[in-house]
Amino acid sequence: MTNSVAEIADNEALFVIGSNTTENHPIIALRMKEAVKKGAKLIVADPRRIPLVKFATLWLRQRPGTDSVLLNAITNAILIEGLEDKEFIAARTEGYADFVQSLESFTPEYGEEITGVPAQDIRQAARIYGSAKNAGIYYAMGITQHVMGTYNVHAVGNLALVTGNVGKRAAGVNPLRGQNNVQGACDMGGLPNVYPGYQKVDDLGVKEKFEKAWGKTLSGRIGLGATEMTGAMLSGQLKGMYIFGENPALSDPNTTHSLKAFANLEFLVVQDIFMTETAQLADVVLPGVSFAEKEGTFTSSERRVQRVRKAVNPPGLAKADLFIIDQIAKRIDGLGDLNATPLPEEIFAEVAALWSSIAGISYGRLEKESLRWPCPTKDHQGTEYLFKESFTRPGGKALFTPVPFVSSKELPDKEYPFVLTTGRELFHYHTGTMTRRSAGLNAVAPEAFVEVNPMDAEAMGLADGQKLTVSSRRGSISLKARVSGIVPPHVVFIPFHYREAAANLLTSDAMDPVCKIMEAKVCAVKLEIT
Amino acid sequence: MASEIIINVCMGTGGIAAGGDLVMGAFIKELDAAGIGNAVVKEKCRLHKVGCRGFCARDVLVDITVDSHVSTYQYIQPDMVQRLVREHIVGARPVQEWLVGEDYHIFHDNQTKRILADLGRIDPESIDEYLAVDGYKAAEKALTTMKPEEVVRTVKDSGLRGRGGGGFPTGLKWSFCAAVNADQRYIICNADEGDPGAFMDRSVVEGNPHAVIEGMIIGAFAIGASVGYVYIRAEYPLAVDRLRLALRHAEARGFLGENLFGTDFNLKIKVKLGAGAFVCGEETALIASIEGERGMPRAKPPFPANKGLWDKPTIINNVETFANIPQIINKGPEWYASVGSEKSKGTKVIALTGKIRNTGLIEIPMGMPLKDIIYKIGGGIEGDRLFKAVQTGGPSGGCIPQQHIDLPVDYEGLASVGSMMGSGGMVVLDETDCMVNISKFFLEFTQAESCGKCVPCRIGTKRLLEILTRITEGKGREGDIELLQMLAEDVRDSSLCGLGMSAPNPIISTIRYFRHEYEAHIKHKKCPAKVCNKLLTFFIRADMCVGCGMCARACSVNAISGEKKQPHRIDNSLCIQCGSCFDACKFSAVLKE
Amino acid sequence: MINLTINDKAVEVVEGTTVLEAAQQLKIDIPTLCHDPRLKPFGACRLCIVEIGGMAKPVTSCTTPAASGMVVKTNSQKLYRLRRTTVELLLSDHPNDCMTCIGTGDCRLQELAYFYGIRKNRFEGAMRDHNRVDANPFITREQNKCVMCGLCVRVCEEVQGVGAIGYAERGFEAKVIPPFGQDLNCEFCGQCVSVCPTGALSARLWSGKPRMEGVKFTDTTCGYCGCGCNLTLRSHGNQVIRVDSAADNHNRGWLCVKGRFGFDFIGSADRLKTPLIRKEKGGKFESATWDEALDYVAKRMNEIKGKHGPDALAGLCSARCTNEENYLFQKLFRAVIGTNNIDHCARY
Repeated sequence: MTNSVAEIADNEALFVIGSNTTENHPIIALRMKEAVKKGAKLIVADPRRIPLVKFATLWLRQRPGTDSVLLNAITNAILIEGLEDKEFIAARTEGYADFVQSLESFTPEYGEEITGVPAQDIRQAARIYGSAKNAGIYYAMGITQHVMGTYNVHAVGNLALVTGNVGKRAAGVNPLRGQNNVQGACDMGGLPNVYPGYQKVDDLGVKEKFEKAWGKTLSGRIGLGATEMTGAMLSGQLKGMYIFGENPALSDPNTTHSLKAFANLEFLVVQDIFMTETAQLADVVLPGVSFAEKEGTFTSSERRVQRVRKAVNPPGLAKADLFIIDQIAKRIDGLGDLNATPLPEEIFAEVAALWSSIAGISYGRLEKESLRWPCPTKDHQGTEYLFKESFTRPGGKALFTPVPFVSSKELPDKEYPFVLTTGRELFHYHTGTMTRRSAGLNAVAPEAFVEVNPMDAEAMGLADGQKLTVSSRRGSISLKARVSGIVPPHVVFIPFHYREAAANLLTSDAMDPVCKIMEAKVCAVKLEIT
Repeated sequence: MASEIIINVCMGTGGIAAGGDLVMGAFIKELDAAGIGNAVVKEKCRLHKVGCRGFCARDVLVDITVDSHVSTYQYIQPDMVQRLVREHIVGARPVQEWLVGEDYHIFHDNQTKRILADLGRIDPESIDEYLAVDGYKAAEKALTTMKPEEVVRTVKDSGLRGRGGGGFPTGLKWSFCAAVNADQRYIICNADEGDPGAFMDRSVVEGNPHAVIEGMIIGAFAIGASVGYVYIRAEYPLAVDRLRLALRHAEARGFLGENLFGTDFNLKIKVKLGAGAFVCGEETALIASIEGERGMPRAKPPFPANKGLWDKPTIINNVETFANIPQIINKGPEWYASVGSEKSKGTKVIALTGKIRNTGLIEIPMGMPLKDIIYKIGGGIEGDRLFKAVQTGGPSGGCIPQQHIDLPVDYEGLASVGSMMGSGGMVVLDETDCMVNISKFFLEFTQAESCGKCVPCRIGTKRLLEILTRITEGKGREGDIELLQMLAEDVRDSSLCGLGMSAPNPIISTIRYFRHEYEAHIKHKKCPAKVCNKLLTFFIRADMCVGCGMCARACSVNAISGEKKQPHRIDNSLCIQCGSCFDACKFSAVLKE
Repeated sequence: MINLTINDKAVEVVEGTTVLEAAQQLKIDIPTLCHDPRLKPFGACRLCIVEIGGMAKPVTSCTTPAASGMVVKTNSQKLYRLRRTTVELLLSDHPNDCMTCIGTGDCRLQELAYFYGIRKNRFEGAMRDHNRVDANPFITREQNKCVMCGLCVRVCEEVQGVGAIGYAERGFEAKVIPPFGQDLNCEFCGQCVSVCPTGALSARLWSGKPRMEGVKFTDTTCGYCGCGCNLTLRSHGNQVIRVDSAADNHNRGWLCVKGRFGFDFIGSADRLKTPLIRKEKGGKFESATWDEALDYVAKRMNEIKGKHGPDALAGLCSARCTNEENYLFQKLFRAVIGTNNIDHCARY
């Protein structure tokens, strides 16, 4: 997030697109509701009638996969109405002229044709968002999990830039992080192209810096992304994998395909707290510990670094994950004292020395406060919102990126007439490893379901609660129908938490060419009553 | 035949309940039969439904006016109409034995009718009749010739104080509201009359709804409100219907809506029905109710005049207060203040009920001695029993004993003896009323009507009621009077809203004046008024009993025995003192001691 | 700015400050039961009453805006008597079962009863009987312990925006219930439980677990979504028994159903407790010692690296694990193994 959670309450207008905030980020959603209570206008863009719609001034129900067109059309309407922030554009951006030209065809009427959102609603959204003194955009996987996910994000950025809603309080471009430490995993260099602190692996100077720090020769070649690894396993390029705290066998798209890939590995190590679907495929399973059993830090969506503290001892022989990773490193390397245990505090200090944005953060400070990076010095109070003065590009200006219309990879056809979109529900988290072992949560959300619009249900003679087989070109699952106006006609929704009806057996492994994200939000399926 | 005949039939809720609409129907039929129906000689014979003139005990009241000569009939029923038409209207011979007597005139002549002046004279469903008595002249005058602050000053100068109970100076309240900087203000008419036995506001809305609307228009102009609400009990269907009709008529004539009287002043008035919660008469609870919330009071300050409906400055006045406004504007503050006492100006409408001969709706000049109300207007105590006390202000008020019978009835007078004006209910009690039981009655009411929000009211009134109950059941304990007094004071001093603050008043004032009755219950286990059954012994006088067996049939515990046509007996070891036998006996043979 | 005097001490506060807040600024303690600074003032419990010069009756300090020149007294014999009566009234309609109540030690009513030393109750009388079979899977409601402070109703409406519960009945029988007694809209966030000042609302998960004695409190960060809510884990022995969140943290003490009630996985019997090795493809897992398992992993990875080069190995680190673990994990791959084949599921 460019901005912080508490600022949300002070937004004059909010634009939530591709985020079912009340269910996936319930506490961030409280701030949104607070803003609405205080008089803010809320625009929700989502094909589903998500709970936040109840609080919305305007609900745009775009067809799945048409977000960038909707965003372009709103931006276009802002220009037509003259609501752009000319001063900001001139002072702080580049590439505006080309961008304006690229927008030409994206009239509200064209927007209506592609997205299904009435042109007048597109204009109203433009007026609400464009005329607010400060307006924030909030999005999540509904924007990114598409083949054109990168374009979608650019379209979001363009909209914020045109109206000067970046680099100021209670506004911004705010991706909401789905997991507790996505932000931290990225910050710490858990990505194939960057070292900790987003320092590029293929930048020679950076490489040298880390070689010096770590005392090792490093590879300057960008590594494989998670979605690319499946292909590399199948082709035999990848022989061994070490998976730590992830469950790709359930969370990966086109599961059948990825199961084949895992089977092709020579060696698979999985470190987890439960015997997950992925762990079952492993050669070695290492018992790690839960968040309640370890010391460390998480970094939240708003870049807030916070302490995790140990409350109880791990069960059985399970060991702190830091210990396990350290031991494997030492034993592979044949170096280091096996009796020495790494201290989280020291490791954090090691990262802080390598990345200036957290240089001012230490365990000592975190004992008393939580800090939002950038926090470059020991007396710095952390940063509420980014880009106040300048952007991180060379020259300090933000760049407009023209966004063309790209359609989803797999659209419905005669054989597979429904669009499947996947997501989460309030009561479960990700692949359900933890939540499905919680008695209460499992009691209120015990089984998988597929949401089907009443119109479709009537056409196929389907009753609420009836069993359905949902199939795509990649697989098929069987689950109960939930007949509901939450989904529009010809669209079905399945949460992906349930192993016994794993939505990702259906999804496509098509991915965004730039950031390699999978297209979990759109694929074609058919429904059969069983 | 006479050149003009007007027949007024009382058609307030009281009148209708007594058969007013049937009487009306009978008149239509009989006039037609006599060939002088409305349709035939409209301009000569007008049949009129009018609002309550106050003397509901005599309903159905009918005025027949022949060439300006008024004759008033009482207790008229449909089967009497034929004779009235034949003899009085056709034959020009009034039916002497049905005419009201002198007491009717005494009842009216001792009143000062301002608010009620047109009730019983004009048809509340006709805006033209209201216009004919200078209706909407005051609104026109205020809007077209006065500045809002002049209106406020005029109301201030008149000395008018809120008629809803608190008696806060109306003009002052308006000036507070007008002084708050706001983009929107509201004016609300509180027609949620909820005191048991009170029907002042209902009668005014039923009998002269336009006066209330006109008062609201003037008030809205004075404070700068463009939206008004009338919050009225849904249990007042006739009042609601007449109010809605009046609003429609006023809108149609341009007295409501946009650009009133050619000015740029706009006002819309909406009707909001209350669901019969007593607490919704409390202004903040009323506001919560209009906002769609549960009718729970909110703490003051901030007062509604600063922060009211939807947090905007809001004026809430009751029906009677608004009904006073047009006259103040028309006739001036001096005229208004010419009646009343030093600090309480004008008149007060009072619902006079209880053990009194002439029950009904009356209007008195502020400061009238209590004894004049009881003995002149009210005609004294029913059955010539001994007067004991007057309960004023409903469940929030207190009682006034014999020793204060000369008390002037105004805000200060009533407060000085520990009671209050309230909205104007007055219940007369006589020697057959038990003061402990009266307290218990009011506490039962307030406890049931407590919204439950604040602790002292929710639990405190319950505990007060429990203590009173045990006293009336002969289980009173040493120290209960002191406990009652202490808890009553604490509930009064720490409750959130007027309901809780005033709920203990009946207890405080009855202990103050009738402590001996409490002591008799607690120490001697006796109820001097013979009301508290649990403290009484029931027996049958053999010389009066005819042996009909009614008492035995009524007894639920088979405590009464006896042969047919022989005197019966009560077995006191079985008797549970329910009093059913006493009520059942038609020969006054059941006695209680 | 507004200047007023409280208990003879002068204080300056900003416009809009309540008398209660002004007193708190002076560190003057005023008892409250229905007040929560995160919610709109309600004025129901009548404990925070104060005397203000010029006002006829005591007023609630939580609802009264501070005004210039106000002279406030927060303590007097009269106020003490009124507050004590209020507490005594509450206790007269409250089950006197602190010994076995889940709220003991965490109960404001209990503290007040203790403070005012109410042993014998002058107002003993009828008590409500509102307990009923409640099907809420997370929340236990003991209606007879409700003090009608309205905090649960307000938090559900004002903060959660749900309005799943409201008031019903009048007078002594007034109570808080979901519409028609059915939890139709409840999102099970437990915000109501967190604000309840007595044992009226608790979590099913807490039942039968230690209350205060021997309980350890650990401040930490929630392990579910990216909101980063602060948690306080209550543990006893080796078991997490309760999750709370302090009102003064960045999430203001609010949590969702997962964060507040979804912690029982920690003590799940399904937890992995020992390293497992499968020596042959298709074979069975066998328990191993840590040395065996770690050496075996190192050996196999070194073999692959030796035979196929470092890029034949890849690692997935975790968006659910700590910064330090992720850092060390990527360092293992980059510095020890020598590949950038490292990613995590940020995109899922």
